[in-house]
Order: sequence, then C-alpha cells, then structure tokens
Amino acid sequence: MVKEIERAGLPVVHICTIVPISLTVGANRIVPAVAIPHPLGNPALSKEEEKSVRRNLVLKALKALQTPVDDQTVFE
Amino acid sequence: MPYRVVHYINQFFGQVGGEDKADTQPFIKEGVVGPGMALKGALGQDAVIVATVICGDGYFNENLETAKAEVLSMVERYSPDIFIAGPAFNAGRYGVACGAICKEVKEKLGIPVITGMYPENPGVDLYKKDAYVVKTSDSAAGMRKAVPLMANLAIKLLKGEAIGSPDEDSYIERGIRKNVFKNELGAKRAVDMLVAKLSGAEFTTEYPMPAFDRVTPNPPIKDMSNAKVALVTSGGIVPKGNPDKIESSSASKYGRYSIAGVEALTADTYETAHGGYDPVYANADPNRVLPVDVMRELEKEGVIGKLYDYYYATVGNGTSVANAMKYAQAIAKDLIADGVQAVILTST
Repeated sequence: MVKEIERAGLPVVHICTIVPISLTVGANRIVPAVAIPHPLGNPALSKEEEKSVRRNLVLKALKALQTPVDDQTVFE
Repeated sequence: MPYRVVHYINQFFGQVGGEDKADTQPFIKEGVVGPGMALKGALGQDAVIVATVICGDGYFNENLETAKAEVLSMVERYSPDIFIAGPAFNAGRYGVACGAICKEVKEKLGIPVITGMYPENPGVDLYKKDAYVVKTSDSAAGMRKAVPLMANLAIKLLKGEAIGSPDEDSYIERGIRKNVFKNELGAKRAVDMLVAKLSGAEFTTEYPMPAFDRVTPNPPIKDMSNAKVALVTSGGIVPKGNPDKIESSSASKYGRYSIAGVEALTADTYETAHGGYDPVYANADPNRVLPVDVMRELEKEGVIGKLYDYYYATVGNGTSVANAMKYAQAIAKDLIADGVQAVILTST
C-alpha cells in the first residue's frame, strides 16, 4: 500500500514494527514503531508517558516527510 | 542411525494459543508437536524429529536478535542434521520468523535448512536465498500437500542427492544459476523461444528476470505547517461495530471514515477489525494504531496545516498483494483529488 501511494505521487511515511517487511515491500521512508499490537503506544506506561511516546513517533514521521531521500531510509 | 531433525513452529501450531499468546518466549520440547506429527510420517524411517522449538510470532519479530540467539542455542543442543521451520503459509510474521531462524541456523551450524511459505509471504523475498522455501498454499488447509514436499526435499538434502530445479522440487526460486549441458546451442534455443513467443505458443525462459519493483521516493514536504496530511492504516481501525464489515483476514475491501471534529479515538467509538494481532491494546485505545489524538494536537499547534477529514483503513492480514495495491491506488486517487499532500501509514 505504501508503495502504491508513493507511486501515485504522494510522499508517504510508514510507521511499522517489523522494519524488514517494510523494506521488502518497498517503503521509502520508514519509522520503526513500538510493538505489533500497539505500534504507537505502550500500555506499560502511564497515559501521559504513552502519549508522549506516540507524539515523538509522529513527529519523527513528519520529519521523515520533510527529509529528502534517494533510497529506502529508516528513521531511527 | 536415522538423521536428526529439529522442527520450529509458532505458538499457534505449537498449541500454546492464538494472538493473545504471540508474545510467548521460545521453548523446546522433545519429539514432535502439532504439524510435526505429519512431518514425522512423511519423513519415514530415515529421519527422526528429535525436538521442536515453539516461539510466539510477536516475540520473535519484536526481539529479532535475542530470539534468534535463544532459538539457536536450543537447536544446537540437539545437534540436528537438518532444521525444518513451519510451514508458515501466508502468515507474515511466522514467515519472517521461519526465514530468519533458518538463515541463522544455516550460518551458525552449517546444516541444511528448509521452510515452507505461500509465495506472497514477506518472508519469501527476505530469505529465499538463505533457505529452501517450499511453495505452499496461503492457508493451513494446504498442510497435507506442503508437508510431503518439505519432507521429500529434506531427505534429498540429508542424503546428499541432487536437488532439482525449483519446479521439479517445488521450492521457490533462489536466484542460483547452474551450469547444465544442452543438446542445442544457445543461439538455436533463443531463436526457438522467439518463434514460440511470436506464434503465441508456450515457452519457458532460461533466465527469469528478477522483479525489483521499487518506486522513487517523492520529494519532501517543504512547508509542513501548511500541508494537509492524511492517515491510512493496515491495522484495521474501524468505527465501533465495523460498519463495512471489513474481514479480520484476507480483507476484500477498505473503509473511508470521517474524523472531522474527532479529537481522539476512544474505546467507545472505534475498535480494530484485524484478526492477526492481539486486539486488546488497540481496542482499549485505538490511537495506539491510528494516532488521531496526537495529529489533532499537532494541527492545533500549527505543526501540520491540516489533518485530512477522513482516514482510510483495511486489515493487512493475509491480504493479497494484488488487493492491497488496488486499495492503495484508489485511496491515493481520492487523497490527491482532495488536495492531500502527505500520508502517514501505520501498520501493526
């Protein structure tokens, strides 16, 4: 899906847990996530801490969208 | 002495449990478990499954390096002559786990390794060069067909017999070229092939081109504070009640849902339709998969120009590549028509 959205002309960032799969399917901008059942959250944290984890991931994703890339890039 | 086999399976086939047990840490049991029973039958007298490693798909994928080391040390203790993983069919995380551990075992223990997967499993492209990946159907309904093929290949490898072409021995092409003698010269064969092609007859290429489908990255967003950004997910987040009845696996559709005026997703209003991961965390707080709450905040703060009024969702669980492509093409068309400039796609 990421690849087809990119192909259509929209810059897209993939937030996902299993980075090797994202690389295989051909995502160009990749942000590694927390865990499979909660990529943008962590139930072990307090609500506030969890939200700040999520905010940081989204900010990283937005930064990726503002970064020129020539090839598949993982934004750690 | 029969050859010694160690078998690797996931928590589901290992009879530990479903997605709620996907975080199971690896453990080893003597003898056969689950599909090992059929494998044992197919291997016959020549080989015996001495032990079975069971590991949760979630645990393996989220802790790749640790999991590989843990499983390897368990396998090593049983000094196998061959290592067999799966089959994983079209289960993505299971396929990646099978492929990764096969590669590790082959590199560290120097023994042959075999697994089995459906050709669209992401584990195939990642590991087909490292392991023999027997071609299976997309679901466990194909177990009966897959197991004898895997056993047959295992016996050949153990006895040092010549392995046939991918077609002959039912494994996925590994990108290995073999020199063979043919009765006819290359030039003649090429012309014959061309004539067959021109006359519409069947022909088989001697050198299939690798299919690298890569898309050039689009230029970055220059002014995020004025950009309209959309959220898309393969994590199955839908309005409560799943109005479009998106299937929990092999989804035949996607949904488009308004989030205009929605400040955050809540457990009362949204849920996940995805059947491929433990839904507890996403149902308790769907923002953990689709970060509407944070996007709304960033919109208010002016970090992004606008969060697009709709989000798109499907269930990425055994969904065919052809369907996923079709959905994304339709979604992208909508987004562009509505002036969206960038997309955040989340996957579980």
